[in-house]
Amino acid sequence: MNKAIPMPQKPWQPSGADKVKSLLIVLAAFVLAGASVELTGLNGKLGFFFSLFISLLVLNFSFHYFKRGTAAAKDALLQVLAVMAIVITLIPIVSIVATVFSKGYKGLHWGILTKDMALASVNDPIASGGLLHALVGTILMVGGALIISFPIGVLTALYLTEIRGSLTRPIKFLVQAMSGVPSIVAGLFILSSLVYPVTKELSGLMGSLALTILMIPTIARTAEEMLRLIPNELREAGVALGGTQWRTVAGVVLPAAKSGLVTAIILGVARIIGETAPILLVSGGGDSLNLNPTEGAMGSLPFYIWKAFLTSGTPESLARAWAGMLVLLSFIFILFGMARYISGRKVG
Amino acid sequence: MTESNNFTNNEKEEQMTTSHVTPSSLSSVASARAVRQPGTEMLGNGLETRGVHAWFGKKHVLSDVTLDFAAGTVTALIGPSGCGKSTFLRTLNRMHEFIPTAAMAGEVLLDGKDIYSPDTDVTKIRLRVGMVFQKPNPFPSMTIGENVLSGLKLAQLKRKNTDELLESCLIRAGLWNEVKDRLGEHGGALSGGQQQRLCIARSLAVEPQVLLMDEPCSALDPGSTFRIEETIADLAKTMTIIIVTHNMQQAARVSDYTAFFLSDGGPGEMIEAAPTSRIFSSPQDKRTEDYVTGRFG
Repeated sequence: MNKAIPMPQKPWQPSGADKVKSLLIVLAAFVLAGASVELTGLNGKLGFFFSLFISLLVLNFSFHYFKRGTAAAKDALLQVLAVMAIVITLIPIVSIVATVFSKGYKGLHWGILTKDMALASVNDPIASGGLLHALVGTILMVGGALIISFPIGVLTALYLTEIRGSLTRPIKFLVQAMSGVPSIVAGLFILSSLVYPVTKELSGLMGSLALTILMIPTIARTAEEMLRLIPNELREAGVALGGTQWRTVAGVVLPAAKSGLVTAIILGVARIIGETAPILLVSGGGDSLNLNPTEGAMGSLPFYIWKAFLTSGTPESLARAWAGMLVLLSFIFILFGMARYISGRKVG
Repeated sequence: MTESNNFTNNEKEEQMTTSHVTPSSLSSVASARAVRQPGTEMLGNGLETRGVHAWFGKKHVLSDVTLDFAAGTVTALIGPSGCGKSTFLRTLNRMHEFIPTAAMAGEVLLDGKDIYSPDTDVTKIRLRVGMVFQKPNPFPSMTIGENVLSGLKLAQLKRKNTDELLESCLIRAGLWNEVKDRLGEHGGALSGGQQQRLCIARSLAVEPQVLLMDEPCSALDPGSTFRIEETIADLAKTMTIIIVTHNMQQAARVSDYTAFFLSDGGPGEMIEAAPTSRIFSSPQDKRTEDYVTGRFG
């Protein structure tokens, strides 16, 4: 009671005056950019952003230079560059999401997730038909591809990180090269090696197999990097307790890498969920709901979008295409959100 | 496997009476411990090495170590960094081969049988010769209780009464009182010293007859170090312990025997091995004396 406890403070943070000054710099940069668009040959959004960028750089640099010298000025310069890089990265993402939402919601209606296009054409009024068949087809084909490629990808990663056999280097090279395979090549490969000579029928399973070719390298590479992050001491501890290599990997290494493996799944799914070309070639892209992957044409969301965009160009078909994109995008967000939640719940 | 675990205090006392060490040569710290002598009569009941060499790639890091570890004794391996003592320790439970470029020569006899002979099951060897590492490394995906019993799962051993085993291992590692109410928490939630005792408990669960400890206290504060030394003294009643340490006082406090390793730029060699009291009071080799008196290293 004899000594007053001081208020907690944060003297290292910028003061109010500092904040006002930085705000003034940003405002001045906007004014400069506006003026240069008015007075010089620069015009349009691009010109405005370009001069805003330059004036921000110059103003920030000189302000800090006069205030605290070269080192602080360089710091400020780098900060502006970093912020600009973020803005440039975000512009297309935000723009895509905003466009899809603003154009896509018009095509939404009750029943879009419960009806298929078996009895409706893309030019019919929005309220008839839906994209159930496409959503189910995407889920089945991506799920099938995931079931096949996750074990193969993880086992490949285990060969590269745990077994480290003599083939490690060539396999690593091959996996890297494989991740550059164009998706249409994967589709053509399945078409010529399985569809024409063996099954003689387009089906969802063929679509899954084509997607698997694209998915394995992504999962294998990501899983490999995640497994490399597991400290060697854990492997040694497992082996020193009398575990075989397999038991140590299954009981210690893989559980420790769990959230990394979820990341591998996310990146793998992200790689293939929007693929159109291989689906077009080998799954047939039907208009009606098909729950059997081994028989008959199967639709998918990218195929639905592609078809609605290209076949006629009527307002109804365009609205359907945008709605398809909105559903696909939302589906991806929900999927990734769930994966992050599941993997983030526990330590390790 | 449990043959040497049955070592009782009586047998140790008998050994003490046959000790060749003269009491006058005991240094004050080391004399606090009962000294047991490794003898040829103990053959077939401990761990012995015969002319062990080790390489990493082309680099010869350890040369010709012949050393006996009698059952139920604590042996400290001391020496400056890079003298090959950790490498030597890792040859004793075949962890050495875990490093891709590693090579070795010589014999390591456990109960008189070479653990490097082709018909040996390496996982069985590591079950009988457990190991505690320098950095505490509890398994991050497991709870405290699961960590202790992880060896059973890894080695696919069947045990009844795992609850009893869990408790007894934690009691022997001196950790029970601190964690008995939080066995379901993750091992990472413990302090460094507690994590290390958890790792000791983990290696006890598979009932090894030899326990190798590679600088187990180097990352710990004095309080935790003291607890682990108590644990070692307790464990020595039932198993053979070999501990690598940079801490001379620790070697004097916990060990019956001490082996001094040194590298003069070439491969590490064992310079001298003797009862701990003799190493610290009247070492035979000048280099040992220089090291234990702190003149170099």
